[in-house]
Amino acid sequence: MIILLIHYNLEGSGNMKETDIKFLENAFKKYYFEHSDLIRVPERTIEREFGYQKFNFGMIRHISIKDNKELRLLLMQNIPSDVYCSNAYYSFPDLPMKEKDWKEADLIFDIDAKDLNLSCRENHTISICNNCKEISKNSEHCIKCKSSKLEKKSVACKNCINSSKTEVSKLIEVLTDDLGVIKENIHVYFSGNEGFHVYVYNSDFQTLGSRERSDLADYIMFKGIIPETFGMKKFKPDKNLFPNLDENGWRGRFSKEVFGSKSRRPKIISQLIANGHSSFLKTLDDVSEKIGVKIDPNVTMDIHRIFRLPGSINSKSGLSKILCNDLQKFDPYLESCILNDDSIEITANCPIEFKLKHKKFGPYQNEVVTVPTYAAAYMICKNLATIS
Amino acid sequence: MLTLGHDEITRYPFLTDAGQYLKDKGFSLSQFGTDPVLKISVEKAFNRIVVATEGKVYNSDLIDGQASKPHVIELEVFSFLLAIVLIKLSGMSTLVKRFALAEARRAESYLKEDLGKASSQSEIDLIKKIIFELSGIEVNKKDDFFTIHVSDYLKQSATFHEREWKLINRHVENGKVFLNSEKIIRLLRKEIGVYISSKINKAPVPEMIPGLETEVKNLISIAKKFTPIFVTTGEYPPCIKHAINVLEKGENLPHSGRFMLATFLLSKGQSVEQIAPLFKNAPDYNERVTLYQLNNLAGNSGSGTQYTCPSCQKLTTQNLCFATSECDNIINPLQFGRKRKYERN
Ligand code: SF4
Ligand SMILES: [Zn+2]
Ligand SMILES: [Zn+2]
Repeated sequence: MIILLIHYNLEGSGNMKETDIKFLENAFKKYYFEHSDLIRVPERTIEREFGYQKFNFGMIRHISIKDNKELRLLLMQNIPSDVYCSNAYYSFPDLPMKEKDWKEADLIFDIDAKDLNLSCRENHTISICNNCKEISKNSEHCIKCKSSKLEKKSVACKNCINSSKTEVSKLIEVLTDDLGVIKENIHVYFSGNEGFHVYVYNSDFQTLGSRERSDLADYIMFKGIIPETFGMKKFKPDKNLFPNLDENGWRGRFSKEVFGSKSRRPKIISQLIANGHSSFLKTLDDVSEKIGVKIDPNVTMDIHRIFRLPGSINSKSGLSKILCNDLQKFDPYLESCILNDDSIEITANCPIEFKLKHKKFGPYQNEVVTVPTYAAAYMICKNLATIS
Repeated sequence: MLTLGHDEITRYPFLTDAGQYLKDKGFSLSQFGTDPVLKISVEKAFNRIVVATEGKVYNSDLIDGQASKPHVIELEVFSFLLAIVLIKLSGMSTLVKRFALAEARRAESYLKEDLGKASSQSEIDLIKKIIFELSGIEVNKKDDFFTIHVSDYLKQSATFHEREWKLINRHVENGKVFLNSEKIIRLLRKEIGVYISSKINKAPVPEMIPGLETEVKNLISIAKKFTPIFVTTGEYPPCIKHAINVLEKGENLPHSGRFMLATFLLSKGQSVEQIAPLFKNAPDYNERVTLYQLNNLAGNSGSGTQYTCPSCQKLTTQNLCFATSECDNIINPLQFGRKRKYERN
């Protein structure tokens, strides 16, 4: 959520030291200058709304940009911490929201590792106390002052990335097989932190409003199902109405998950019928948790949002949001880590080890260390280090 | 315009060009006021409207929906066309809504039938064309089912209340939703109604036709029964009370009305959580969407701009104003009550 993100950033960078901001701005500026090929305006540029943030400032929105030259100028003049662009197309993108005249919007899905209920999360989450600033491994209360107001930061995790990739693949299958989206129109981006943004361009869904997109999101998440859809009628359920393994769409996926094989199907159906209608609802919930695609529905249904611009840096990590051409092989901690590797001395307080560009960093116990710029930026962005 | 056979014209009279039809048959409107034989169609037309206002569907002389004799066809079509003329002459907009709805229901049952039994390619093509003309939506036949684009489906079903209509509870494959003839037509009900009412609204208002004065007068008094009269007490202005009333009855409040109500209450300091339950009874209630929209209006998300309640003038043009003397020439509902106090002091 953009809104949450603003508060987050204001809070985070609000108490970021001037020297840290200077360092990040220098690193970002160098990136914008040297990698301008990576940050390009999207198609139909003049119909989009742009926005950006600077360290220690709020969001500036409702900007229109003509072309790559203007974008470059904005980046070099302002050195933003984050750059955003709408998925919506407007007649007047630079007017206030009410007067923009919304035309259509690309379909967008947000898959984030923190929403996947992964057991690994605990091992790579760090708690920062809002009260006394104490930094520790994940905990419920500050180990020093016992405050429960903790900010959570998570560091690089392969498992999180792989699980997110699995969700992206599930999403692409539903989009292409069920919803008739052409593969070439689906673009997958690493978000620059812990997940992926999936864009669908030029689809039949461009003109859908929030309400319709909300229902589409439920379809993709396998939510809102009535038992009857899968053959489980309230009265006199009929075995023949239950799905088969060779069916398309969710009925087929449901069968594969619940029956497993053709031979087990009859027995399991009898069992489901014997357990009754309300128990079937529970089954549906369980199945949904397993085979439903874990997207954030609030993102998909928001047709006025601005999203991180592909190629720009995510100030939560110093990593870039970039296009993944080969999702399976994609390694964000290598390919998205594009800031330079000039050495810099920092005071790091990062109790958990992490890996960037195949190099190990940490754990650091409030110690002065010399690290490459990209690693320094990664920790400073997460409030886990500061320039010495 | 479509080329229609006799059966189609009687079943779907709104697809014809009214003036052209009369001309082709060699009649002029004024004849219906005087000619005693033609007067039968006027009676039928009047009846057709009255039945509609009672929330029922006009039962025609068609046998099994088939026009057996040529004069039956003419009576059917004339009565429809004249009903529109009478409504236009009465100038009562509540009649348009009710009539269009009843006619849509009538057409719906024929469409279901025609779609269900269409077997030859030409029959299928014709009914597809009729549906496209009515709704702008492309329907195709696949085995025993009819398919429509997922996006078309969502645009129609999004306002439906029953869970059964959620996309997840439909057979979806390759961008298409599979439905039987009954469900397809049910899905398009709103579009058919919109088509008919826009056709009526677009029709020109004729000059009073001598001989039809009594029918028109009677229609006006029938319509008046449906025009609500509101009594105001307490702190909310009549427009807001009316909107709350509509919602409480579980009736549909147009988007402009919801916008007015929400922005009004937000300005009065109510929270999104307090306001959301008001919309629970709406036929198309969806919690997530309602919260999203309210938060947007409140400026809690998206652009961050807070929207204000529209002016009385704007609300008047949207048919949302039910002004009473208490409104006292204020220019925005938010001033209701405030100005009165000021003037008394
Ligand atoms: S005059 Fe204004 S306050 Fe009164 S009913 Fe009309 S819109 Fe509402
Ligand atoms: Zn503390
Ligand atoms: Zn993890």
